[in-house]
Amino acid sequence: MKLVIIDYGAGNIKSIQFAFKRLGVDAILSSNIEEIKGADKIIFPGVGEASSAMKMLKESGLDIIIPTLKQPVLGICLGMQLMCNQTEEGNTQGLGIFDVTVKKFSKDVKVPQMGWNTITNLQSDLFEGLTDKDYMYLVHSYYAENSSESIAKTTYDVEYASALQKDNFYGVQFHPEKSGKSGERILQNFLNL
Amino acid sequence: MLTKRIIPCLDIKNGRTVKGVNFVNLIDAGDPVELAKQYAEIGADELVFLDISATLEGRKTMHDMVLRVAEQVNIPFTVGGGISSVEDVDDLLHCGADKVSINSSAVKRPALINELSQKFGSQCVVVAIDAKQLDGKWMVHLAGGTIPTKLDLFDWAKEVESRGAGEILFTSMDHDGTKAGFANEALAKLSALVNIPIIASGGAGTVKHFVDTFTLGKSDAALAASVFHFGEIPIPELKKELRNNNIEVRL
Repeated sequence: MKLVIIDYGAGNIKSIQFAFKRLGVDAILSSNIEEIKGADKIIFPGVGEASSAMKMLKESGLDIIIPTLKQPVLGICLGMQLMCNQTEEGNTQGLGIFDVTVKKFSKDVKVPQMGWNTITNLQSDLFEGLTDKDYMYLVHSYYAENSSESIAKTTYDVEYASALQKDNFYGVQFHPEKSGKSGERILQNFLNL
Repeated sequence: MLTKRIIPCLDIKNGRTVKGVNFVNLIDAGDPVELAKQYAEIGADELVFLDISATLEGRKTMHDMVLRVAEQVNIPFTVGGGISSVEDVDDLLHCGADKVSINSSAVKRPALINELSQKFGSQCVVVAIDAKQLDGKWMVHLAGGTIPTKLDLFDWAKEVESRGAGEILFTSMDHDGTKAGFANEALAKLSALVNIPIIASGGAGTVKHFVDTFTLGKSDAALAASVFHFGEIPIPELKKELRNNNIEVRL
């Protein structure tokens, strides 16, 4: 199993790498396009601000490559948001893999949403062995709107898509690498896809 | 629903936990990694490591500890103590810390909050505020409550939010160590004033104190040390009781 974590300068890559190590898999950090293309599975991480992360992707040409990948790709947090059409954060155009818009939470709730929340309406092999009573750790100020591509939903301010899937592309808003045993199960499920 | 969070705080000196810890099944109670793993296992939602090392060597061991925690623990954690620059934070985040907590350095140079939130995102910037009441006014203090400042708690909280803090860790020096309950009135006022999460700290002694700070105090999370370290309040039982009181928690 060759697992590559895309390293484009955004995010808590180390935590993801450690989480896979706990599952017995050594993930490779790489920004090399050939190495990414040659992987069995790919993680697309991201923490920080959308427009600057998108800029980094463009500088490395990864914005063109990622949507053409054929193997399972898992976007995490901002990674998932960048896989959508567009995000209100910095009025940024995303990669357009998911036909979804990313919006900011209203001022009716504390922003960012920070902490553990449930994921419901689970509709993917990614969630094998999990129920709508499992909690995931989330930290975010923007959310993906619900759509036909939603494979999990979470409620905070509104009901939104906490996970998306289209073909070989998966995205999760939460941090499976920080979500205890339930999160580790999702990472294991991704490896099993 | 988003749950309320329970956060044990570990004081670290030269890479070891300092306050006595009386925990079953621990091979080495002084090893923060062992302790952190145990806490993650029994349902702590997050952890805070506070470095109280006075020496440069002591601080260096912190990086090694952060790296080992990130390797072995599957819940988020915050690192605080002695952080005063963008480089300090860069180092800690690279070692795998999820968030950093700044206190005195933010009071001395508030622009640090802007620099950190712009570079790393608000989500990893916790501003810790220590305050106590002087003549009926909540005043910010430094160095563990020993040095008073001219800053009003609520003005300062507003300012740290506007500068990009993602969360506020408020410790009432009047309540800290008393085991008589959290500063719920001030906490509720803070929560209404700012639109970022508030972690309550100082005063935990009983399960009811946690219930009160989540209901009366409107806190988003509660932090404590000794009641957890000495097993006075086991986290699984605390969470069950919170749920019995209709407070959403992760079980």
